[in-house]
Amino acid sequence: AAGMFLRLLSDVRWRAANPKWRRMTCSQRSTSSTAEPHPVSLPAQAQVVICGGGIMGTSVAYHLSKMGWKDIVLLEQGRLAAGTTRFCAGIVSTARHLSIELKMADYSNKLYQQLEQETGVKTGYVKTGSISLAQTQDRLISLKRIASSLNVMGIPCEIITPKQVAQLHPLINIHDLVGAMYVPEDALVSSANVSLALATAASWNGVQIHERTSVSHVSVHKGHVTGVETDRGQIQCQYFVNCAGQWAYELGHSGEEPVNIPLHACEHFYLLTHPLKEPLASNLPTIVDPDGRIYIRNWQGGILSGGFEKNPKPLFTEGRNQLEIQNLQEDWDHFEPLLSALLRRMPDLEALQIMQLVNCPESFTPDMRCIMGESPTVRGYFVLAGMNSAGISYGGGAGKYLAEWMVDGYPSENVWPLDLKRFGTLQSSRTFLRHRVMEVMPLMCDLKVPRWDFQTGRQLRTSPLYDRLDAQGARWMEKHGFERVKYFVPPGKDLLDLDQSKTFYKPDWFDIVGSEVKCCKEAVCVIDMSSFTKFEISSTGDQALESLQYLFSNDLDVPVGHVVHTGMLNEKGGYENDCSIARLSKRSFFMISPTDQQVHCWAWLKNRLPDDSNLTMEDVTWKYTALNLIGPRAVDVLSELSYAPITPEHFPSLFCKEMSVGYANGIRVMSITHTGEPGFMLYIPIEYALHVYNEVMNMGQKYGIRNAGYYALRSLRVEKFFAFWGQDLDAFTTPMECGREFQVKLEKGTQFVGQEALLEQKQNGVYKRFTMFILEDHDTDMDLWPWWGEPIFRNGRYVGKTTSSAYSYTLERHVCLGFVQHFDEKTGEELVVTTDFINQGEYEIDIAGQRFQAKAKLYPFSSLFTHRRRKDEVELSGYQRE
Amino acid sequence: AIPVRSSRLPLLSDAMPAPAHLFPLIRNCEISRICSTVCYCHHKHLCCLSSHFAHSHFRYAPQKKFAALCRPKENFNHFIHVRDYASTPQRFYLTPPQVNSILKANEYSFKVPEFDGKNVSSVLGFDSNQLPANAPIEDRRSAATCLQTRGMLLGVFDGHAGCACAQAVSERLFYYIAVSLLPHETLLEIENAVESGRALLPILQWHKHPNDYFSKEASKLYFNSLRTYWQELIDLNSGETTDVKEALINAFKRLDNDISLEAQVGDPNSFLNYLVLRVAFSGATACVAHVDGVDLHIANTGDSRAMLGVQEEDGSWSAVNLSYDHNAQNEHEVERVKMEHPKSEEKSLVKQDRLLGLLMPFRAFGDVKFKWSIELQKRVVESGPDQLNDNEYTKFIPPNYHTPPYLTAEPEVIYHKLRPQDKFLVLATDGLWETMHRQDVARIVGEYLTGVHHQQPIAVGGYKVTLGQMHGLLTERRARISSVFEDQNAATHLIRHAVGNNEFGTVDHERLSKMLSLPEELARMYRDDITIIVVQFNSHVIGACQNEEL
Repeated sequence: AAGMFLRLLSDVRWRAANPKWRRMTCSQRSTSSTAEPHPVSLPAQAQVVICGGGIMGTSVAYHLSKMGWKDIVLLEQGRLAAGTTRFCAGIVSTARHLSIELKMADYSNKLYQQLEQETGVKTGYVKTGSISLAQTQDRLISLKRIASSLNVMGIPCEIITPKQVAQLHPLINIHDLVGAMYVPEDALVSSANVSLALATAASWNGVQIHERTSVSHVSVHKGHVTGVETDRGQIQCQYFVNCAGQWAYELGHSGEEPVNIPLHACEHFYLLTHPLKEPLASNLPTIVDPDGRIYIRNWQGGILSGGFEKNPKPLFTEGRNQLEIQNLQEDWDHFEPLLSALLRRMPDLEALQIMQLVNCPESFTPDMRCIMGESPTVRGYFVLAGMNSAGISYGGGAGKYLAEWMVDGYPSENVWPLDLKRFGTLQSSRTFLRHRVMEVMPLMCDLKVPRWDFQTGRQLRTSPLYDRLDAQGARWMEKHGFERVKYFVPPGKDLLDLDQSKTFYKPDWFDIVGSEVKCCKEAVCVIDMSSFTKFEISSTGDQALESLQYLFSNDLDVPVGHVVHTGMLNEKGGYENDCSIARLSKRSFFMISPTDQQVHCWAWLKNRLPDDSNLTMEDVTWKYTALNLIGPRAVDVLSELSYAPITPEHFPSLFCKEMSVGYANGIRVMSITHTGEPGFMLYIPIEYALHVYNEVMNMGQKYGIRNAGYYALRSLRVEKFFAFWGQDLDAFTTPMECGREFQVKLEKGTQFVGQEALLEQKQNGVYKRFTMFILEDHDTDMDLWPWWGEPIFRNGRYVGKTTSSAYSYTLERHVCLGFVQHFDEKTGEELVVTTDFINQGEYEIDIAGQRFQAKAKLYPFSSLFTHRRRKDEVELSGYQRE
Repeated sequence: AIPVRSSRLPLLSDAMPAPAHLFPLIRNCEISRICSTVCYCHHKHLCCLSSHFAHSHFRYAPQKKFAALCRPKENFNHFIHVRDYASTPQRFYLTPPQVNSILKANEYSFKVPEFDGKNVSSVLGFDSNQLPANAPIEDRRSAATCLQTRGMLLGVFDGHAGCACAQAVSERLFYYIAVSLLPHETLLEIENAVESGRALLPILQWHKHPNDYFSKEASKLYFNSLRTYWQELIDLNSGETTDVKEALINAFKRLDNDISLEAQVGDPNSFLNYLVLRVAFSGATACVAHVDGVDLHIANTGDSRAMLGVQEEDGSWSAVNLSYDHNAQNEHEVERVKMEHPKSEEKSLVKQDRLLGLLMPFRAFGDVKFKWSIELQKRVVESGPDQLNDNEYTKFIPPNYHTPPYLTAEPEVIYHKLRPQDKFLVLATDGLWETMHRQDVARIVGEYLTGVHHQQPIAVGGYKVTLGQMHGLLTERRARISSVFEDQNAATHLIRHAVGNNEFGTVDHERLSKMLSLPEELARMYRDDITIIVVQFNSHVIGACQNEEL
């Protein structure tokens, strides 16, 4: 087997003493254990230590050194590119669902293309193109959606017929195909050699590379990386980068201060064959057959074919380190379904001779997205791992973004979907990871439809009302481990099975959510929103107010009992978080943020609040159950339960009061609903939750109260043009760009983070503008539904993408929210987006290749707001991402 | 070179030097299989000598199809026809559930009840099943627990020339054995009870499938014969404890004798009269196991077989024969028959591997045509009912019939002391053993019972295997595993393999479906009736018994 791999991934050994790559032959490999008699000693200190010599580690080293950081040491426990990278199938594919992933893959492709010229190392780069096949209409829709994204990114891509597939590839059986997507610029590389090329270039730039050196743990002092311990001594450093691939989890847990990197390895199999009688051309397109769960590429005149089976085999759950991945057992019986799919796709291969079945472990993450970024607990500890078997496609781009993160403080693109801080300790249970990756790996090939929920690792965090709601027909989705209600299935009504309910069209819950929305509009609904992240910040003196005034853009020096919607901005004025803060007393604040902000927001504040023992911050998320009473009759329910006047005169919008509800005292009632509808949020100490819920439901009966879920909430907030952090808002969006100037108090008397950037924007104008689109000629019953990520066209030219969408039961139209940019027609340069620019365009939204006319609006329909508000303040905030 | 570490793979490697396109051909083509099945005649009785006689000689009322098949020309035509059939893919196939409902129609399981959560018996229970090829099926099975002595009786009976004899033996034999085993006092007690009209002590507890019936009409007749037997045993009281081996031999011989006598004496009731004659003129082999603690006795008459499944220390399975087939393949049997008759008959005794050129088993119940003198046969047939008289077969006297009897029902008894590694016993009629080697039977049942499937992982190494070959192999392996989970009964599982196995030793659904959807008149050409009992032993009890003795 070894001999074969030498041809496949020409094996190269690094010589630290003589920084030139020397190709090794077979015989040299066998004697390599005796080579390297005098390993070069490790430096005592370095600015950056990178652990892991695979594609990720070398890419980070390459990009850091390119950006001018020179004092870098890369440590590899075995030999460079000898782990998963070595066995990687080497397919560079840009067909990705997430736009950040798409950008990474596109960058990688361009980087690899010129790498051979740059370094002289043969990377085996061949532009073959790739064809993704669709066996079903739904699959074709999914491909069309990707094609739309690729096209607006400037990546050539077309949807082709089965006949065209047959012309592009001689061996394919096209009888069961309905169409395909052709991406002509996708490529093949030898992944190990790409990694070696990156290492070569990095070493030219001064990066020191040490093989056969394993990191035992990372030393941390006062929450900051100070150095690493290796089996060959200690290195002091400021930055540590964990690129240990499938061992990243273990390495993260090896130090005194654990860093949770939730990933888990699964066995991955692919097949290598001898050449065909007429060897396949080296530029033959790579075939991806997601319905057959396989990919097929040409390989030395034969083929290389692997896939993502339905019953993956997780491994190393207990953690087992080994120097290099030894050839794991081939498991033909396990591979049988994939082999069947292969022979079905290419029946002529029956007579082709097998060379080997390769078992190559890959690491997978709980949400199928890779992990990058800085640890929330240890500063200077960076991670890049968990590639979900797309390491080669992402390698270049991911390395670049991480390098930018380290050098510039944040990458040049929004990488929140990949940020390590989207996870907390709750995702680092090995049992959870084992179960979840068994679901994630097959998902690589499953149809990605809107509103899909993971089925494993569920019911981890639940509200005290979980059982009550479940018994009433609640259907659940999960966010950051917390179970949240999507909608309630009325008694006697059956919905489709999970599998059958997957659709790109009108979903089966349409009428159910419609009636929940109607109830919110006309009577009163209760939604359990306990998953929100809740912090209490208080101090002995004015420290809390002073710190928060600096960290938040709105003016928090409001009278006690007021609630303020405010952004938590970064230096560029972008939203790091979007939250509501209630002033409980002069010196204490209650802060509500989106569910998945628990780790990120905590780390952000911890790192920026002064180190003052008189200032305390506490995560009280688990202490309160949150009930959202939405609707015109909410006020009646609440006043009957509390015997307190709750009329707008006594309890105007955006107020917070502690009051009794039923027998329970100390309930924090806020006059906000996160939807723009009238109503209240009740923050209830958890021991009272069931009592208050029962009281509310009993009392509400005469007002027509019913349970509702997040789908109704989304419909309400989207039609009101409410942006949600994580979905619409990110670190690259400023309040100016989304019409929230009123939530920024530039003249509040104190400096705050992002102030300068916002001032500049105010003067110069914005380069993108959050806009609401009402679909005009869209048939809700017959047409594909928008989701998010659909390209927006203005006068036929691409101007941006949608970020969320929902059906508005009030407008009886689909509403999409998204950002509009202004590109110069000739140069493509970004220009200032003015109100006139928005208003004077004809808009279309592209849903899977079909364009629908849309009306653009910069302000919500005022008629949708039915209740009085305090002053000019409109409630514009929200927390969930769908 | 064998590229795969699998016991089954030599078959694959044989095919390998052939051009690759031949491989699927060999896999899919049924011709070789069909040739071998068709040319092998399953009828142990009379049919292959048909060239010597006009087929009308064999006309036996309920057996027209049987007779028709005996004509060589028709046989050939069928063969041609069968080829057409096998190569015609548009013929309907049974779905897997349909296949299962056919296979499971006759399955039966018995678990020895536990007392205080313990089963002190050396038998855990048994699974049995039968699959007809004849219509009606000629095989019978019986299982019963002895109530007045210890032990359990299990037996399979393969009838020929009709099912009457097998039916009678299946109803009666265990009573004869049980009575032979009873101590003197119990016999007296039973006789006194009958004498005084009191309730009889129950002798046997039967474990019957609903399809296993007892004839009500003959029960009185059978009972009287049995009573005569025990009365003689009481008179003969030797005072010695009953030896199981002797009891088995006596019971077999006595029952056969009674069958013969009842036919000679006749019965005033015309139905019964015809019944006893049919019983006597048809035949049946018997293979009976008596298990009592660690003592296992197998009494065998004919060509059914008992086999012990033994688990070796390495977990693999091997088979130990506990019976000898009484047929032409058994030299000792041929020798015995020759010894019992004058030298002048030596050449005519065994012809074409059949007794007197006619009968495949060399020992059997009934079959008075091979036992009675010519005069007796003529007298009984002439005085018998018209149906019997009209029957060419009963009138026909075997050729070279000089010194009857040529046939005996006396069993060969083998004793085996059970050891902890003896995990199960398979009793089955020759329908199973024709299609499966005992080693495969041991492995399939063993793996089924333990739930462990010793499928060696496949490794290609540097050998030459094509994707198509590997795919075929993997599909077979998967089918092998999935077939285990379909069955709740070891006997059903064995039948599935016996009927559906392809050359890889795995169940091929297509083949199984074809075999089971054969029309009645064709089924008998491809397979014989199959009856199987799988007895599972309790290794803990057996181990404990062994230790006690030590």
